[in-house]
Amino acid sequence: MNKLLTVSPSPHVKGDESIRKIMYGVVLAMLPAFAMSAMFFGWESVKVTLIAVAASVFFEYVIQKYLMKVKPTVDDGSAIVTGILLAFNVPVGLPVWLIVLGALVAIGVGKMSFGGLGQNPFNPALVGRVFLLISFPVQMTTWAPNKLVADGFSGATPLGLLKEGLKSGKTISEITSQLPNHFDLFWGNMSGSLGEISAVALLLGGLYMLWKKIISWHTPVAVLGTIFIFEGILWLANPERFMDPMFHLFTGGAMLGAIFMATDMVSSPMTRVGQLIFGVGIGIITVLIRNFGAYPEGISFAILIMNAFTPLINAYVKPTRFGRVA
Amino acid sequence: MLKTFKMGGVHPVENKLSAGKAIEKLPLPKTVSIPVAQHIGAPATVVVKRGDEVKVGTIIAQSSGFVSTNIHSSVSGKVKKIDDVMDSSGYKKKAVIIDVAGDEWEQGIDTSNNLIKETHLDAKEINAKILAAGIVGLGGATFPTHVKLSPPPGMTAEVLLINGVECEPYLTSDHRLMLEKGAEIIVGTKLLMKSLGVNKAVIGIENNKPDAITRMKDLTANEPEISVQPLKVKYPQGGEKQLIKAVTGKEVPSGALPIAVGAVVNNVGTAFAVYEAVMKNKPLVERVVTVTGKSVKEPSNLMVRVGTPVTELVEAAGGMPEDTGKVISGGPMMGRAVTTLEVPVTKGTSGILLIRDKESKRNEMEPCIRCGKCVSVCPMGLEPFLLMTMSEKKLWERSEDRHVMDCIECGSCSFTCPSNRPLLDYIRLGKGTVGKLIRARKSQN
Repeated sequence: MNKLLTVSPSPHVKGDESIRKIMYGVVLAMLPAFAMSAMFFGWESVKVTLIAVAASVFFEYVIQKYLMKVKPTVDDGSAIVTGILLAFNVPVGLPVWLIVLGALVAIGVGKMSFGGLGQNPFNPALVGRVFLLISFPVQMTTWAPNKLVADGFSGATPLGLLKEGLKSGKTISEITSQLPNHFDLFWGNMSGSLGEISAVALLLGGLYMLWKKIISWHTPVAVLGTIFIFEGILWLANPERFMDPMFHLFTGGAMLGAIFMATDMVSSPMTRVGQLIFGVGIGIITVLIRNFGAYPEGISFAILIMNAFTPLINAYVKPTRFGRVA
Repeated sequence: MLKTFKMGGVHPVENKLSAGKAIEKLPLPKTVSIPVAQHIGAPATVVVKRGDEVKVGTIIAQSSGFVSTNIHSSVSGKVKKIDDVMDSSGYKKKAVIIDVAGDEWEQGIDTSNNLIKETHLDAKEINAKILAAGIVGLGGATFPTHVKLSPPPGMTAEVLLINGVECEPYLTSDHRLMLEKGAEIIVGTKLLMKSLGVNKAVIGIENNKPDAITRMKDLTANEPEISVQPLKVKYPQGGEKQLIKAVTGKEVPSGALPIAVGAVVNNVGTAFAVYEAVMKNKPLVERVVTVTGKSVKEPSNLMVRVGTPVTELVEAAGGMPEDTGKVISGGPMMGRAVTTLEVPVTKGTSGILLIRDKESKRNEMEPCIRCGKCVSVCPMGLEPFLLMTMSEKKLWERSEDRHVMDCIECGSCSFTCPSNRPLLDYIRLGKGTVGKLIRARKSQN
């Protein structure tokens, strides 16, 4: 026998997990929300998404090839995910140059400046979104009218209307008349960022990712559960000052953030308990900003703040060790 | 109800290709190479010399300490030479090479198939026979069995677990043994119970072997002290600590032996060998080896004499397929890749697995995406990603703090990693280095 055999240490078989499978799985999970967005906002939302994806992939390729001088890995799908998430987090009418700039900041600053995939401490899409929100507040809060809404609440988001109303001294019951009902909120019939409107579509994507074991339930349940309980307490304490908890779950970026942004593997904790702490932190900060802060919505900030705590959580929350439990 | 261990675990594709094949006796080879270190512990001391005539069962190397064991000739013939021979570890080790002539057994060994159930021997005499017969754990770890049967002072065994889990993909030798030698395994189990002084034994079998579960349940129907526990299919359930957890719910403390929770675990193959040693005076000179692989013509379960070159087994299974890229001694999760088919079968060889070219190379490593899958599949509750980084950065003290020594090297982390990172390779490096540091520290004190 002259043939040389391959020799390597065990294990000699490999499961079928891969980065590609995970990333394209996430893309697939975002399709329902994308479809709902196209239905409510029209082809504009398709255009914004395609531009964001193309720009993200382009910047990653160029930075890897010409700045980092490594083999480009844009086929792993991670830049596509970042592009879609960035698009999901901006208003439909955003000018093209701003979308491209957002993608440059998301990929260039948020991801590649730290060394690329796996190295970024913050969710890259959120870095891009928050950069745009702070630098271009007017464009980022110019909401395109929802194509299916005949009248009334087109233009402003429910959370925006709530904040404005409270500022001008109205009570909740006065504001509620201007707001979509809970069914519309759940379905996605409201104004808002491109991908965040339809709670039902986002939940569907979340269930798919749970089934495919791309995410675990811990982070989303912790985020949404905390928002629900915290908002519930506020609402019970003063229903004329605070909206009900279901309203808060279905509006703004709560679903998108909890299911797709906070579950980003790279920037969230490794252990299940760590993910619960992380999720509760996001929930609390979100509720604080929404009810007591200057911005109507705060989940983007909440996720970025908790991203910063991830290394700390990883250092202190250790998995349960076998044979070391008293 | 199906039981299993709680923490971590994976489920590789089972590929039990040879499950339906009855055990066949492999014809005797022309020569055998019997290494003197086939077990954990001190190598045995050679007691024969070139030109000596030996029979099957003649002691050719004597146990050289408490954690050591006897090695017997597996064939009759003449000692050709004593030389260093490469075994499945990849290292050359001292071995006795014997030219086979006929098949003559030492006196007093019962080679018939008659089932003997009753014995007047007491625990001490049973132990002595197990020690003399050179029996080691046949699940693959090859820890001398008599050592397991001698609990340290102050510790007593409460339950005997018989490991029929066979959680490694591809392997079917334990499965076939339970189907074909079930009655003997039960007698062996009773002998082990008597030796340990326990009145409870549980045979753990994974649910992917329903025929073995039924067979063993039938055989133990009138044995109130022995029960059969079906287990949910999950790797590494055949690991001692995981099996104890699955069956008894108890966790063996870190760094301790199973006896710390009153458990002693023995493989079904070991129980069979104990039966043969005690009831038939037959030393451990042969074992069942699964020869398998996706391209193998005749995946088989063979009864093979220790020392037989692996190439003979492969020939018996239809020859080495054209597309073979890797040959594994053992299972695909924990087995060792060999460099040549000339290595001999030893007491610990549970299978020979021929892996195809396209499946024999590792995929390219990609960056860690911190998905945490390695953490969630680790059956010991470790953080493989972190231990790998610590080995890369040579942070040995921190690696020790994060319990690198608890790793059982099951490979679930590397198996599951979406970025194809060689987690276990680096953890082994960490274990080796930290182990040395711990020993150095102990010798200083």
